[in-house]
Amino acid sequence: MKTYTFSEKKDTRSGFGAGMAELGRSNPDVVALCADLVASLKLDTFIKENPDRFIQCGIAEANMIGVAAGLTLNGLIPFATTFANFGSSRVYDQIRQAVAYSNKNVKICVSHAGLTLGEDGATHQVLEDIGMMKSLPGMTVINPCDFNQTKAATIAIADYEGPVYLRFGRPVVPNFTPADQPFEIGKAILLNEGAHVSIFATGHLVWQALEAGKILAEQGVDAEIINIHTIKPLDKEAILKSVYKTGCAVTAEEHQMNGGLGDSVAQVLALNHPAPLEMVAVNDSFGESGTPDQLMEKYGLTAASIVAKALAVIQRKK
Amino acid sequence: MITNELTKVASQVRRDIVRMVHGVASGHPGGSLGCTDLLVGLYFEAMNLKKDESDSVVFDMSGTGEDMFFLSNGHISPVLYSVLARRGYFPVSELATFRKLDSRLQGHPATAEHLPGIRIASGSLGQGLSAAAGAAYGKKIRKDPNLVYCLMGDGEQQEGQIWEAAAFIPHRKLDNLIAIVDFNGQQIDGPTDVVLNNRDLGVKYEAFGWAVLHMDGNNMDEVVATLAAAKKASGKGLPVCIIMKTEMGQGVDFMMHTHKWHGTAPNNEQLAAALAQLDETLGDY
Repeated sequence: MKTYTFSEKKDTRSGFGAGMAELGRSNPDVVALCADLVASLKLDTFIKENPDRFIQCGIAEANMIGVAAGLTLNGLIPFATTFANFGSSRVYDQIRQAVAYSNKNVKICVSHAGLTLGEDGATHQVLEDIGMMKSLPGMTVINPCDFNQTKAATIAIADYEGPVYLRFGRPVVPNFTPADQPFEIGKAILLNEGAHVSIFATGHLVWQALEAGKILAEQGVDAEIINIHTIKPLDKEAILKSVYKTGCAVTAEEHQMNGGLGDSVAQVLALNHPAPLEMVAVNDSFGESGTPDQLMEKYGLTAASIVAKALAVIQRKK
Repeated sequence: MITNELTKVASQVRRDIVRMVHGVASGHPGGSLGCTDLLVGLYFEAMNLKKDESDSVVFDMSGTGEDMFFLSNGHISPVLYSVLARRGYFPVSELATFRKLDSRLQGHPATAEHLPGIRIASGSLGQGLSAAAGAAYGKKIRKDPNLVYCLMGDGEQQEGQIWEAAAFIPHRKLDNLIAIVDFNGQQIDGPTDVVLNNRDLGVKYEAFGWAVLHMDGNNMDEVVATLAAAKKASGKGLPVCIIMKTEMGQGVDFMMHTHKWHGTAPNNEQLAAALAQLDETLGDY
């Protein structure tokens, strides 16, 4: 098992803020919009350095999405930001008509995705957004794993023409991705080569997958671990190449089982190369209040869950 | 263009509308007929449109260096399509494909088929003013002195997003935006006063920080004069909202004074009766 180390834990939303700060300096077409959550979205530096390219929209997310769509006409690159729940389910029809169907170059960048914003509870958590967003034709859906990768993704999507949904979070997680690693939309990253089982993880669950890999290695299980930072377009080649070799797979995500990464991987396997699959995801349930760690534990989004599912799926191989 | 000429164009557009809707036995003639004079006044008189050396209009998505128009109540697509075609954005013959398979003229305006003149999809109500606000904001950022127009329905004013945008636009001093509310008093389920009373829309927009004008949207002289006044009022710190009184079905007697023709197509006899009331001035498609 390849060893991954980190010098500090950081929140992925700060990676977004750092990416925006860099874009503010390097790309004069980038504008930021926010719906009364600038501190939560870590936009302070961008706003301080580019006050004329920040648009405060107030607590009015539907209008924010429409304004973002309109801004693209002038060649501007709007980054519309809020919490994941309010940037997806609350404004789904606006995103559908004004952004996706109209093919506008809007970047919807959302923090507090999944369970791990913690104590605010289910109203402010969202576990359905990946499913909603990947269902929209032409929408790119990205869920990076740590600070460095979120920063790199933020910078990369500015150069990509088309609608993007970028999802990140609030808790501090190990920052292990190399700071200079290029971010390629739709290109999965192989973290560990293995022969017995493929583990496909996204977002905060990538580090948990690495932890699971260590535990599995101690038990003599050789896990292949792949970071699927882009859920749509999905790197089907990487998924199939891995499962051709290992013969089974586990997916891991901070999202509902319905509509998430697991579903996307299941579709690829069923259509191309049926193989046993287990999913680490929230099972048809809303979240609740609690600390991020408590919630991940209670809803089974942990390295231990990934280990259990990996052992189970290996047993299912013929 | 003098008013008499605009009125001739409007007559042909009204013929186009009833023929398009009849041709596919679906669509929305009532609101389209009511807003015909406004759309003709905008595209043939008021708006600054990009043109090539031969003085023909040319469309580019950015709208840089020209005025832009957004239709929020997308169901009145027939009037927009006819006016765009008659203005020269695409062949008039293409109006015959309205709502048919593989057409660029979708039931509600869309960009996916790349129809010249359409910059954003509309149809799900309440969204157009926000897009227009973004376009107007972009013009401010790009220091483009041209204007953005947005037409909405009055029934559509019941959508909450309209009021998010109505608050945002004056707050951001988007005085390069001119909104028009088609005040015809009708919606699908009946008179707006009965379905969900909008009260006084002019007072509402004023309270939100807009400069408000009123006009009879079916009097071409008044349309031309009020659009000129709105342009004059722009650039002074306040966005402008025109409350435009119209009659649904204007120009076809049996389609007026009722909400019945919101989304109903005429049959063969009704088409003949409608066309008998409308002069063919530019040649039918």
